[in-house]
Amino acid sequence: MSTVTPLATAVAPRAARGSEARRHRARQSVLGWLFSAPYLVFVAVIFAFPLGFAVYMSAHDYFFTAPGVNVNRPFVGMRNYVQALTDPAVRRSFYNVLVFLLINVTLTVVLSLVLATLLNQVVHARAFLRVSFYLPYLTASVALVGVWLFLFSGTGLINQLLGPLAPNPSWLVNERLAMPSIALYVTWKGLGFYILLYLAALQNVGKELYEAAATDGASRWQAFWNVTVPGVRSATVLVLLLATITGANLFTEPYLLTGGGGPNGASTSPVLIMYQQGIQQGKPGYAAAIGVLLVILTLGIAFLQNWLGREKDS
Amino acid sequence: MTTRGGVLLRGVVLGLGAILFLFPFYYMVLGSLQREPNQSVAGLFPDPANLTFSNYFDINARVNLLQGIANSGVFAAGVIIGTAVFGSIAGYALAVLEWRGRGAVFALALLVQVVPFQLLMVPLYVMIARDYGLADNYLGIMLPFLINSTAVIIFRQYFLQLPKGIFEAARIDGASEWQVLTRVALPLIRPALVTVILISFIGPWNEFLWPFLVTKKASMQPLAVSLANFISNVANSTANPFGTLLAGAVVLALPVAILFIVFQRYFVASDLGSGVKG
Repeated sequence: MSTVTPLATAVAPRAARGSEARRHRARQSVLGWLFSAPYLVFVAVIFAFPLGFAVYMSAHDYFFTAPGVNVNRPFVGMRNYVQALTDPAVRRSFYNVLVFLLINVTLTVVLSLVLATLLNQVVHARAFLRVSFYLPYLTASVALVGVWLFLFSGTGLINQLLGPLAPNPSWLVNERLAMPSIALYVTWKGLGFYILLYLAALQNVGKELYEAAATDGASRWQAFWNVTVPGVRSATVLVLLLATITGANLFTEPYLLTGGGGPNGASTSPVLIMYQQGIQQGKPGYAAAIGVLLVILTLGIAFLQNWLGREKDS
Repeated sequence: MTTRGGVLLRGVVLGLGAILFLFPFYYMVLGSLQREPNQSVAGLFPDPANLTFSNYFDINARVNLLQGIANSGVFAAGVIIGTAVFGSIAGYALAVLEWRGRGAVFALALLVQVVPFQLLMVPLYVMIARDYGLADNYLGIMLPFLINSTAVIIFRQYFLQLPKGIFEAARIDGASEWQVLTRVALPLIRPALVTVILISFIGPWNEFLWPFLVTKKASMQPLAVSLANFISNVANSTANPFGTLLAGAVVLALPVAILFIVFQRYFVASDLGSGVKG
């Protein structure tokens, strides 16, 4: 027995340690789910369920009732989608958002990359420049819209500076210029965020690549085009995606800058129509169908951007 | 490569950029102080004879500024508390605890950030305003923003940077996991907490679309909503609509601008970027 004892004492703690480790793992597992539970419930209620609900609503003749009233909301299949796709106002809003994205996304990528590259080379006044670029992004759009109305009104400063070159009718009430003006405003407001994203990405572009380019006698422009642009490609993909999603969500600016999508629907956005149809007119099923179409369009554009980006790579 | 001309050009471009970004703020403040709106080039400079504070009293007569600020404050406070409490424990679970499913939950937190709000807007309105009867209710205003997913990811990132040993040591000393989180881990990630509080304040303070949808009573509207209603409805019936409107804009913009300038080192792009990038 005495010869066994040392063995037993050697084994026993190991077994105890093993079950202790198992208990520890089990406890961590329970705690992991427990600590994440509020967030998971939140995501289920605020994101997952409404996503399914939107698709369900879009295929039904959904209407508002008093809470607790149970009514029959008939299944209508694709009717809401057909109606949306044949409605000239909805089509116009989709066309508008495409115009918006073309201007906004292009300007955003080009300007934010150029400004970030320049900012990255600066030593003096760097903090000041960062603050000034970022301030519009952090400020409420409702507040900044006020200044733009002031600046771009018929007798506003911009037209005063342009003198005889001022457009007539003025920017925000001109059918051709209303949407581009909104796109310009949104680009200006959001640019700081994208500049900071690029600035972070630029820190990961190797200095030796620039040195190599310099030894090869590359000009500043060539270095930018051949080192910087490929070096921040993943950031560009992210900027494209975020700018596209933000742009597709456009609501506040046409609602306030052009008085609800005017003139004559020249600056309506799909979300504005969803608000008017779904909430003001009480046709949430129809609005949900427009929302699903908008998301499909957004995803389509995002995939296209990704595909084009990859194409260049090879 | 860095020629003198190049440096000069860079300075000019960046300087012009800074002016373009800052000028509208200057113009906002100036316009809010003008008795008669002066949109000419001469109006770019303050004219002592044309300066007044009366626009601030005018906007306050149209839009109850204090009520609006209080409503925005309650909205933001709810989101800050919800995000700081539930976001930090979720971030801790994702970074420190070892359990199956944490990869999936992390992926979910990333995915949620690219779900477009426009698709959720209508069903959320039906659920919250109609089915739950939470229209014109603080909880209804906060609910869709209650836990900020970017914050969950920021918390996770900061907890991951803490050395594993300190958690082990605290556990060996007999601390429960809750104590490890609240007494050991949270005090060590104070900068993350500041960043999260700032973004959880600014988002709701600036938010327009959702509170606009669920508040009909003026007494429940956050400042951004009541100011927007002023812009779209009543601006034309005021003697100096631009001055009044810009005074409201200054009140709405000022708190965020001050917070940003004071706490600017907490606005780190890699944090905010990682919110969407992972």
